[in-house]
Amino acid sequence: MEDTAVEEPEVSGAAEFAPALVAAHPHGNSVAVAIGPELRAFDLRTGLPVSLSDDCGGRSHSDAIRAICFSVSGALFASAGDDKLVKVWKTDSWRCIRTIASEKRVSAVAISNDDLYVTFADKFGAVWLVTLREDSAEPVSVDNKPVSILGHYCSIITSMKFSPDGRFIATADRDFKIRVTLFPKNPLKGAHEIQSFCLGHTDFVSCITFTSISENQSFLISGGGDSTVRLWDYVNGCLLDTFQVRDEMGELLGPNETDDSSLAIADICPSNDGSLVAVAIQSFSGVMLLACDLVRKKLSFLKVIVMEKSYIPTSLASSLSSELLWTVMGAANMPNQASSHLLTRLRIIPCFQKDRLSSSDAGPATLEDGDVPHGEKLLLALQGSLDVTKQEEVLASVLAALKVSVHKMLVKKHYSEERREQRKRGRNDKKIKN
Amino acid sequence: MTTNGAGGGAKLPRKRFYRARAHSNPLSDSHFPVPISPEEVDLSQHYPRYFPADKGGDGEEAAAPRRIRFADVGCGFGGLLVGLSPLFPDTLMIGMELRDKVTEYVKERILALRAANPGQYDNISVVRTNSMKYIPNYFRKAQLTKMFFLFPDPHFKEKNHRRRVISMQLLDEYAYVMEVGGIIYTITDVEELGEWMRSCLEKHPLFETVPEEEIKADPVFKLLSTATEESQKVARNGGQTFHAIFRRISLQEE
Repeated sequence: MEDTAVEEPEVSGAAEFAPALVAAHPHGNSVAVAIGPELRAFDLRTGLPVSLSDDCGGRSHSDAIRAICFSVSGALFASAGDDKLVKVWKTDSWRCIRTIASEKRVSAVAISNDDLYVTFADKFGAVWLVTLREDSAEPVSVDNKPVSILGHYCSIITSMKFSPDGRFIATADRDFKIRVTLFPKNPLKGAHEIQSFCLGHTDFVSCITFTSISENQSFLISGGGDSTVRLWDYVNGCLLDTFQVRDEMGELLGPNETDDSSLAIADICPSNDGSLVAVAIQSFSGVMLLACDLVRKKLSFLKVIVMEKSYIPTSLASSLSSELLWTVMGAANMPNQASSHLLTRLRIIPCFQKDRLSSSDAGPATLEDGDVPHGEKLLLALQGSLDVTKQEEVLASVLAALKVSVHKMLVKKHYSEERREQRKRGRNDKKIKN
Repeated sequence: MTTNGAGGGAKLPRKRFYRARAHSNPLSDSHFPVPISPEEVDLSQHYPRYFPADKGGDGEEAAAPRRIRFADVGCGFGGLLVGLSPLFPDTLMIGMELRDKVTEYVKERILALRAANPGQYDNISVVRTNSMKYIPNYFRKAQLTKMFFLFPDPHFKEKNHRRRVISMQLLDEYAYVMEVGGIIYTITDVEELGEWMRSCLEKHPLFETVPEEEIKADPVFKLLSTATEESQKVARNGGQTFHAIFRRISLQEE
């Protein structure tokens, strides 16, 4: 893969673009959205917005949140990002029980299946681990120091997940690699034994997820900047199938939109029964659904759910207990964006399971606002506004920024020879002569 | 260094035409091709005698495809490879080097040696790459039986310690590409670096020390301090060397 020099003007702030994120509680208790430094959650059982209590560590997030996740049990939730803080919350009370300081900005976060450990990845490619105490009657602030357990040398980790059986931790990076490492019983000594590398992507890997059909049969699915979604036997590092998004996108995008960077995979989400994979594509206003045959180990195109032209999902989520696919669109850190304009838009897709989908072709592909669980209350809490015009305005600017964002965030800038020499001259790490 | 032209008359390359700075920044993304995965490594480019180009480059059709077993990380001008080649004539070895000109020199050197000594030196080759980023791209799990790190860049400043080729993070990857029982050889003339490398290897759960008697009996050990240009320079200056030689072990679960 020869690196080609790309002439790009220096756009300040382009790398700072922070997409909105959504996560769903595994048992459907709640749903959370992160936009910029704001965390918004909605309790689906009571039908009320959640009020977060964060007097732990003295401050709530002060900069863009880059990663959020629920633990497999649903008891815990983690948020982390550019303010170099990782916050762990109890999902019953939505109290922050732990705030961990990172030396660098955080790009990914995960909670071990037994709720004992939280891991986070920093911008240097190192993965850190902190032990959570089991019974936290009191919120504990910056306490025991994070331990580095593994690292992707000089790369940025884009996604990190624990395998369903808890034996492995998978990490994906900007340099096309996915690493699967054994997660030891005592991880404080580090996770040194690499199980496999899943190599095949020809561009950055943007997201990974585990999916399974039964207790002991699980697989890894990944999406990348090379516009492919791949299915892996992660124990052996074998690529089982590759799906090229480009093949299905021909008619759906305009003639000048089919260059590879606009087809980068933004997010993927498996259905709870392992039969489907939802794919969010960088400049596509909709969601592509792939049928996932884990017996024949193949990914194939099922259908595309087209949404209004102004809506491009930035993040996807689903829970184990319901058939809803949550999608969100939004962004922070865009030029000329006032902090009062942190708006997102949610669109929810029902029947997110292969059997349910085919039998309800006549039904709506996306839920109308009125049919969304708890309707307007939920939308107001998570979106920040119900005012359609205001939203259209904001989302239009997000749309424009989105079309180049993923590429800028994850593809290392290449300068021409001339430009490189120029940059070297401007370096200030020379010794100062007296 | 010229030969008398037997078998094609390829002359050994002269080092002065391949001058390069001793240091190269391992963090910069240089512009060279990298295989996406070990399956894509074209062995016919490196070992044409064993992998004829017309049969496809990776030898997968053979019942037990020959694989590269020794890797010299930061091979410099190729002295170690040239010394090892006749000791293990049936073993495929590769040198990995970041500097462009130096890699070209080694390529020319190997071609000239093969021409001057028909039937020899077919088992060594060199590739220009950044082994701190791309080792898993070249080698499968448990493929290597020996890895060499001879006189690596010390990166003296503490802020540059993360550029050192031996570190806890990178040892995870080296352990991954080495088979259990494989040996990792490190040597340096910088005492602090020697202590650093030994300390990393001692702390790493997948490596254990090789006892001194075994080291002394190893024919390869002598080459570490005599075969390479760097080691010869150290000897000329009467310097001391510090080695750390460890064996890749399997983890005992407690």
